[in-house]
Amino acid sequence: MVTTFYAAAVVAIVATALAISQKNVVHGLLYLIVSLLAVALMFLALGAPFVAALEVIIYAGAIMVLFVFVMMLLNLGPRTVEQERRWLPPRIWIGPLVLAGVLLVELIAALASGGPMTSGLMGDPRQVGIVLFGPYVLGVELASMLLLSGLVGAYHLGRQGPERN
Amino acid sequence: MAAISMTHGLIVASVLFSLGLLGVLVRRNIVFILMSIEVMLNAAGLAFVVAGARWGEVDGQIMFLFILTMAAAEVAVGLTLVVQIYRRLGTLDADAASMLRG
Repeated sequence: MVTTFYAAAVVAIVATALAISQKNVVHGLLYLIVSLLAVALMFLALGAPFVAALEVIIYAGAIMVLFVFVMMLLNLGPRTVEQERRWLPPRIWIGPLVLAGVLLVELIAALASGGPMTSGLMGDPRQVGIVLFGPYVLGVELASMLLLSGLVGAYHLGRQGPERN
Repeated sequence: MAAISMTHGLIVASVLFSLGLLGVLVRRNIVFILMSIEVMLNAAGLAFVVAGARWGEVDGQIMFLFILTMAAAEVAVGLTLVVQIYRRLGTLDADAASMLRG
């Protein structure tokens, strides 16, 4: 798992550097998703499979979908189709695809090696759950309040206010 | 099986954090600034998990869960602000939103 960790670390750094240096937001988002997947593989190599799954589901899934959604929302109109074609020409997929392919090869190699998937140092999801709802239950309550305030804040800010300019 | 060195994990986390900080400082597109903030939060979570793996405790993973929650709430509010700024100013340039009134 050590080689998996280092290879995923290289992929994460390269993808992040490419993500923040793109001109187009959607291209940057593609690289950022690859970077998050690489970090998820690093979590798996470190022995934290639960957190790795959450990284893929919430970060690369929900949060990035929110980004893409907003980017598409900002550009309504009849020129959307043409613009979308200009945003995502086939060659822009090459970079993220290569990096994601490296991650896939790593994952397959780690699975095919037959050994334990993780270094086995950290707890499984069961232990995480026990600790989360044991000593950290106050933090869970605070997190729920934070999510509620985020929801209310986003709703308040997102209202259709009076137009300026 | 050799364990992954904690120092190397922390180095990777700090490199990712520096890249995010660089993005916040250099880019003027608001969406790229938000993306860089996500990168920085992710790097902080990685540092927590690496430190948790070093001592074999689950507390690092718990902290990552809290960071994840915070990032989700933050990105919801931040993207709403992006939509409002684009609606009112017609641009995604952070320098255009320099007048804090109303």
